[in-house]
Amino acid sequence: MTAAERASPSKGRGGAFAAILSFATLLLIGILAFSIRLFSVIKYESVIHEFDPYFNYRVTQYLSKAGIYEFWNWFDDRTWYPLGRVIGGTVYPGLTLTAGTMWWVANALNIPLSVETVCVFTAPVFSAFAAWSTYALTKEVKGVGAGLTAAALIAMVPSYISRSVAGSYDNEGVAIFALVFTFYLYLKTLNTGSLFYATLNALAYFYMVCSWGGYTFIINLIPMHVLLCIVTGRYSSRLYIAYVPLVILGTLLAALVPVVGFNAVMTSEHFASFLVFVIIQVVALVHYIKRILTQKAFRVAVAFVLTVGTVSALTLIGVLIALVATSPTKGWSGRSLSLLDPTYASKYIPIIASVSEHQPPTWPSYFMDINILAFLVPAGIIACFLPLSDSSTFVVLYLVTAVYFSGVMVRLMLVLAPAACIMSGIALSEAFGTLTHSIKYQLDLPDPPAPPAVTVDQAASSTPQVSSVTAAADSTKEKSTSEKAKETLRERPVKRNRKKEREIIEKSVEKKAQKKKPPQVLPLEASAVGIVLLLLLGSFYVIHCVWAAAEAYSAPSIVLTSHTADGLHVFDDFREAYAWLSHNTDENDKVASWWDYGYQTTAMANRTVIVDNNTWNNTHIATVGMAMSSPERQAWEIYQSLDVKYVFVIFGGLVGYPSDDINKFLWMVRIGGGVFPHIKEPDYLRDGQYRIDGQATPTMLNSLMYKLSYYRFAEATMDGKGYDRVRRTEIGKKFFKLTHFEEVFTTHHWMVRIYKLKPPKNRLRGKNKRKTKPVSKKSRPTPPTKTSGRRN
Amino acid sequence: MASSMPRSLLSVSSLLCLFFALACAAPANLVLTKVDRKIDLSSQIVRSTTQIRVENKGSDPASELLLALNSAQAKSLSYLRVTTSEGKGKSKSQAIVLRVLPAEAQSPANVTFYSVQLPKSLNKGETVALDIYSAFTHLLTPYPVEIGQSDVQLVLFHDSAHFLSPYPVKVQATAMKVPSFRVESFTKVEPSKISDGEIRYGPYENVPALSYMPITAHFENNEPFAVVKELEREIEISHWGNIYITEKYHLTHAGARHKGGFSRFDYQSKPSASGASSFRHLLARLPPRAHSVYYRDEIGNISTSHLRSDLRKTELELEPRYPLFGGWQVTFTIGYGIPLQDFVFKAEDGRRFLNITFGSPFVNVVVDNLVVKVVLPEGSTEASATLPFAAEEALRTKYTYLDTVGRPVVELTKKNVVPEHNVHFQVHYRFSSVAMLAEPLLLVVGFFAFFGACIAYTHFDFSISKSSSSYQARQQREEVLDAVQRIQKVMNERAATSDKLEASLRDLARTGNVATCKAARKEADAKLKDTNKDLKAILDSLPASSRSTVLAKVDTLMQKEREKQEKLQQKHTVTVEAYEKKLSSKEIDSRVAPYQQKLTALKQEVAELFHLLDD
Repeated sequence: MTAAERASPSKGRGGAFAAILSFATLLLIGILAFSIRLFSVIKYESVIHEFDPYFNYRVTQYLSKAGIYEFWNWFDDRTWYPLGRVIGGTVYPGLTLTAGTMWWVANALNIPLSVETVCVFTAPVFSAFAAWSTYALTKEVKGVGAGLTAAALIAMVPSYISRSVAGSYDNEGVAIFALVFTFYLYLKTLNTGSLFYATLNALAYFYMVCSWGGYTFIINLIPMHVLLCIVTGRYSSRLYIAYVPLVILGTLLAALVPVVGFNAVMTSEHFASFLVFVIIQVVALVHYIKRILTQKAFRVAVAFVLTVGTVSALTLIGVLIALVATSPTKGWSGRSLSLLDPTYASKYIPIIASVSEHQPPTWPSYFMDINILAFLVPAGIIACFLPLSDSSTFVVLYLVTAVYFSGVMVRLMLVLAPAACIMSGIALSEAFGTLTHSIKYQLDLPDPPAPPAVTVDQAASSTPQVSSVTAAADSTKEKSTSEKAKETLRERPVKRNRKKEREIIEKSVEKKAQKKKPPQVLPLEASAVGIVLLLLLGSFYVIHCVWAAAEAYSAPSIVLTSHTADGLHVFDDFREAYAWLSHNTDENDKVASWWDYGYQTTAMANRTVIVDNNTWNNTHIATVGMAMSSPERQAWEIYQSLDVKYVFVIFGGLVGYPSDDINKFLWMVRIGGGVFPHIKEPDYLRDGQYRIDGQATPTMLNSLMYKLSYYRFAEATMDGKGYDRVRRTEIGKKFFKLTHFEEVFTTHHWMVRIYKLKPPKNRLRGKNKRKTKPVSKKSRPTPPTKTSGRRN
Repeated sequence: MASSMPRSLLSVSSLLCLFFALACAAPANLVLTKVDRKIDLSSQIVRSTTQIRVENKGSDPASELLLALNSAQAKSLSYLRVTTSEGKGKSKSQAIVLRVLPAEAQSPANVTFYSVQLPKSLNKGETVALDIYSAFTHLLTPYPVEIGQSDVQLVLFHDSAHFLSPYPVKVQATAMKVPSFRVESFTKVEPSKISDGEIRYGPYENVPALSYMPITAHFENNEPFAVVKELEREIEISHWGNIYITEKYHLTHAGARHKGGFSRFDYQSKPSASGASSFRHLLARLPPRAHSVYYRDEIGNISTSHLRSDLRKTELELEPRYPLFGGWQVTFTIGYGIPLQDFVFKAEDGRRFLNITFGSPFVNVVVDNLVVKVVLPEGSTEASATLPFAAEEALRTKYTYLDTVGRPVVELTKKNVVPEHNVHFQVHYRFSSVAMLAEPLLLVVGFFAFFGACIAYTHFDFSISKSSSSYQARQQREEVLDAVQRIQKVMNERAATSDKLEASLRDLARTGNVATCKAARKEADAKLKDTNKDLKAILDSLPASSRSTVLAKVDTLMQKEREKQEKLQQKHTVTVEAYEKKLSSKEIDSRVAPYQQKLTALKQEVAELFHLLDD
């Protein structure tokens, strides 16, 4: 906003009117960004979405209840039972603190918003901020027009909407704002050479570190750009000011965040920044020495330093490599490694691979998520090269790296979105600029030759000459001025006036382009058609975005709806089950489920869980996976050893809800088998096929997951056949009894089935139990059959 | 424990009977000539209607009558109303509600006395007929205490076959209405019988005072035992036209506890045989014209509810998230708005009063602990509540949207509330309509202050150090900018005049009117002179130390511009001369052409410089 205001006096041409117009446009863009994300509230309700947001919501609740100091020291004993989790030290606190502050301010002003309301609307509010900072960033690169276009594009880009609809209370919601804002401040510093902005930049980077693990993207991208600038001979003191304070202050601040701590200097993700830090110091030194030495002395010095430097650098690198090589993951965390090597996760870490958002995207998902931007981006890159400036190289670099990362993980499409919007904004704005200029030029043309028609032939003969002459003169003049300006720029040390001069250079360069335009002007009709087509393209984008926001991305996933002949049907089974757990079980009971539902259980049912979505302990998850894939008795023993009282499974077979536990079961087997080798994936597959019908393996049919899912299911279906509507088949084992588990609650549509572990039998009864032992023995002879099945 | 209770109670109370008979004489010589008791056991609330006829046999006039309840009943008594009717038989039109106070008279242990103030004292030989209506909660105890999903709920009811009274009773009879035909057992005290879902005791004659004959009935009762443990009703009055009511419920099923698992399959496939005592629906009768109804709990909206409304009433049928079995609990919140004019009126003394029902809108629900908070608008004073029954009252303050001094809250707390308590009560307060404007004005002032601060910030100089170089540089820059802007303005003026001049030339070409053209020329010359002066003044005002670049630019611009103007003037003179000489058009053109050419070039240059200055 302020940027727009500040833009006006320097812009001047439209004066106050242009300032107000761009301010109003920005305001409207902010409102658009906010309101397009409210579809979920209007169509569903004001509720927290999905899985991770529930954890963030719970943390925010705790923060608002217990205060900031308690929050830092919070040890959560309701999760990862019996290990617990140190929340204060393992969570990125940016989002929580932001929402907590917003809540606190609102309540201090006697506006009694609930924590939930604040959490629901945090992401939309921050997407408006993100749109504004995109404006500022693009303005630094290509001026106000491109800025406004880019802001309008990012306000409704589906990729970002998918992560920031109202209720999607996740780190990305604020992190994208922080990312773009940090980049903006970096470019601002780069363009002005002001230490003030450099400090702000470090603070923005700190906010980003607080908010999201993706901050490593910043701390790698900016060094890359600095390196690029140095290599291409674009080193300047502004670059030094933009980079050095960021690294020093930024690293210090980042180390203050408990979850990062010493990682800020210890892990390989951050090494690039330090390396470039050293390089830029050397370059600065060289520049300084070059200035104080004569040419000859300088050459000697270079030769000397090069020989000494190479030797010492080689030894240093050797030491560094040796150090890094001693650590097993080469100093890189799993997620980062899977970024660099896309096949890493599927090879080594099934937990990372099992999350759908960590899969590589498909082509349609590009079209779905950034739509026409995918086509506009190349044009934007071209526009960035005419003329090439420090800031435009940065944007290009950002785009290229973001494209790579988005190709590795669907989730990182989000990082690509701002880059794509900036590029497309530049492209669209340049295209519009060219087209409207040529129209304007041609509409203006008939005016000057107004003097009597008599002069036509002469004018015709004289004007081209004149214009060409003047153009030539202009261009030479421009060149000289710009060169002069550049020289002054090199010579002068940091000075405030710099900014203005820089702008002059850019403007003069632009002017040159403009001046040259008349010769390459497009025909009137062509440009009119071009404008219409561009508008059409833009409206397609708007329609797609609104559709995506309304239909594709606003479902909260804890409430499902289906349209039937007699209207809307709501499936609210998850909350039914969580409400039941929270009101009708003891407060200290432990509840086991697959890790997907851990966050929701702690947040909505307030019960202790064994594993949750923060997948930090593979062994623990594998234990639950093993229990789910074991026969009933063994599973009961495992759960008993974990002090579990209730087990619940998600079952979609009755109503056709596809992402239920049976469909996730293979991952449980894989993750369980990764730690406990007696769980073997082939035992659950018949000829490599995953099936639950009559052909399924006995191991599968006797697993706890199968039994808990299909207990009494056959009776409930129409003809007693047990037709599973998700797998579209008749289930393999229909009538069976549970011996160690007891059904205590099943929701209305059978989507959540809660079982209670039966208490251990008395020893006296154990004698009688001998007779019933064959039941459990029957499950034991199965291994031979399954192994034989595998051999086949 | 529950099984042993009836027996112990029985023995204790029979002992007590003896004790009473010996120790306590009736306080006055009153005799109940006839007692007709009807006990309704068909829901979770025990409602008893007793018609008694009292006669004064003594010589002293009696002004009060004592009612007796045993301790269990006294503990769960939630509603007691005694009425008498003037006249007899059919003309029993207006019933007078009598005052009932806890009696001061000495009461034996295990018995609580209530004293009824008779409308007029009863003289010797006079009789009066009274209707006693009482409601008890938690008096039916489930037995067995735990039942499975397919079992029905059986409850026990303990009472005395004889009407417990400190007075001798001549003739009395008791009828207990049970909800189903299935009665497991009941204590037989001859003459007693069961017929048509009614257990009848009596008639008994000449029963002495405080006679207690314990009886127990064991029967099926599958009515929903819906008990709200905590209910907080918040009634917020907004004089902008609405009353908003928020009700927070903590609901439990207080019947026989659920035992074993819950099979959804059984529950869905055999609705009649499964979970007979459970309930899944609740019906709330909201006031007519209720709007903006919502139903949610702490984890979001609950979608299972239906709202039916017509002119007379609004009915909200809602389903908790899951069916409630014995012992299960659920919490939820409902809220709705009602129009202000239906419930807030002006009293004669200038005060306003809210007239609204007290209890929960739900049908057949017992509330253990009810808190009603009436939130009055900010700025109201003299708040007081008037209730037809006793309740704790407290005055608090609440801060909500944009409050500065807070809103007065009248908080009423009452335990053991039954639907009978759902009567109107009043909260009086004084409120002037001007106070309504406080919050909008606050907003206006807030925004005004914000904009004022913005204006002040942009227009005032907040620099700390006025001597620092950066500050001075900025200062200078602003001055330069200002000067440049003024120059631009003047330049624009000059451009306009030259345009006029050209236009006059064009006119000349068309009309050949030399005179007007000359006039235009004169005018333009004057104008140019003036502006020239202005320009000089501005240029002088430009600080000498200002950056040379700007100055140089301005200089070049001005030179070029002057050149251009001169050329134009020359062109003008030449053309005018030519016309005066009446030369042919071709000749004119040839004469003008060189000027024209130069002019165009200069024009472009000037435009260029002009834009450059912009930046």
